[in-house]
Amino acid sequence: MKRVEDVRKDFPMLAVRMNGRPLAYLDNAASTQKPARVLERMDRFYRNEYANVHRGVYRLSYDATEACEAVREQCRRFLNAASDREIVFVRGATEAVNLVASSYAADRAKPGMSIVITQTEHHANLVPWQALCERARMKLEVIPVDDDGALDMEAAKTLIRPGVLLVAAGHVSNVLGVTHDVRALARLAHAAGSVLFVDGAQAVPHQPVDVRALECDFYCLSSHKIYGPTGVGVLYGRLDLLESMRPYQYGGDMIESVSFERTTYARPPQRFEAGTPPFAEIVGLGEAITYLEGLGWDWIAARERELFEHALKGLTAIPGIKVYGRGAHRASLLSFTLGDAHPHDIGTVLDEAGIAVRAGHHCAEPTMRRFGVPAMVRASFSFYNTTEEADRLAAAVESARKIFA
Amino acid sequence: MNAVNPEAANRMPLEDLYQEVILDHNRRPRNFKAIENSTASCHGHNPLCGDDYDIYVRTVPADGGARIEDIGFTGKGCAISKASGSMMTAKVKGKSLSEARGIKDAFLDLVTRDTPAAGASGTEALLGSLNIFLGVKKYPIRVKCATLVWRALEEALDRAESSTSSGGPS
Repeated sequence: MKRVEDVRKDFPMLAVRMNGRPLAYLDNAASTQKPARVLERMDRFYRNEYANVHRGVYRLSYDATEACEAVREQCRRFLNAASDREIVFVRGATEAVNLVASSYAADRAKPGMSIVITQTEHHANLVPWQALCERARMKLEVIPVDDDGALDMEAAKTLIRPGVLLVAAGHVSNVLGVTHDVRALARLAHAAGSVLFVDGAQAVPHQPVDVRALECDFYCLSSHKIYGPTGVGVLYGRLDLLESMRPYQYGGDMIESVSFERTTYARPPQRFEAGTPPFAEIVGLGEAITYLEGLGWDWIAARERELFEHALKGLTAIPGIKVYGRGAHRASLLSFTLGDAHPHDIGTVLDEAGIAVRAGHHCAEPTMRRFGVPAMVRASFSFYNTTEEADRLAAAVESARKIFA
Repeated sequence: MNAVNPEAANRMPLEDLYQEVILDHNRRPRNFKAIENSTASCHGHNPLCGDDYDIYVRTVPADGGARIEDIGFTGKGCAISKASGSMMTAKVKGKSLSEARGIKDAFLDLVTRDTPAAGASGTEALLGSLNIFLGVKKYPIRVKCATLVWRALEEALDRAESSTSSGGPS
């Protein structure tokens, strides 16, 4: 059985002190810290194994390409995709949404069609669709959530009908931590002759994901939220859909043959990977996935459940606090407000206590509007956090209450 | 933006940021209302944090330029931004446009400049109770909270000036 004290030693950042206190890093939904082995793997790659991928005939380039392609296969297993050709390396979840919006949806858009999203989407899974709807004179429709943050599936059934170009939903809300039943949405989408895009950025850090069991058509993740480096992410797309799609960006590495008269494009996934990819970071992402799988989902889930329950208990004991979102399948994050105190003021009080949380609209302004607040404070836990840190959070929120009461 | 040294030994305690005066203005903001028949108004918004205010100014002609007869603000935001709006409106009410502009410049200097501007003692006297916002400077990411309403005032003053010089409401 792994002990949290030992796991914490894997993360150099967790030893940092902030404002004279040990750093309590509770902003894991924004980005996670990196285990030393991820950093060391990239360092080793840069020092001893570095050469551009895909083009060299020399051994070093061949090996770098192999290392990169091995991570593609690793990502295929991680998401249980049918083929590694369904794994496209992108800059992050945001680029994945934009890629599908422009290479899949834009080519099929017709005036009068609609795109359906949910009321709790991150701006990344909202604005690209909204911009496309404006451009193509389509309608953006929104599946509402109830006070617990659960999707109104009756409304979903009404909204997802023939004429819907695409349905886009977050797997786990970055504000409420609520897990949406994306398989039910996939079935509604398919019955209407549509497809489902799932933003999995907040789901993959907490649970094993099986894109085939979810029956979704597209799924995306960001490396930096699963203990990997920044600047890289994964788009999963069903192969037949990817095959039917136009390139996203044009340039080197994505072509089959080029002449001044005509260029033909490579097959997926290379078709969508123009230019030199962040291959050192891709190698780092592979190491992060190996690390996560070494910890095991059972251990991760049990740790995060314990932290969530502990923090929830501590926070709800504070008078005037309101925690948003409810339900059995919540990720280990807690968004709250405290009376009339503004979240930014609470964030500053917590910062002073060495506690890093997110305060603001969390790139989800419509979600804030749904719950009638301009902003929230969000504490998001990783398996490497401790119950002592959850206690420090509750104590610091209590001192904020005394200041602003 | 100043570099933040997280271990800075001379860091001010939280009480220097959230002084009782600021907390009081946050709880009971003064002039927290829209002004009817305003000469000029301006919207101040920080898209990163969502703080959002409207400033209303009503000027009357006076010797040596227009005078701010009434000023108010509405909107929402954190304790720092709201207290800043409350204390700002209290300070510039009744002042001439050029006096208000001087106070505005002195305030922005106070919270944004690393070294006090020349004639700092005069600035201190000019700002009076607003000097407590000096504590904000130790929290570089909160400086924009303190300055938001003042930037809006800056624009409202410009508009009031041009409406005055172009005749304005008589």
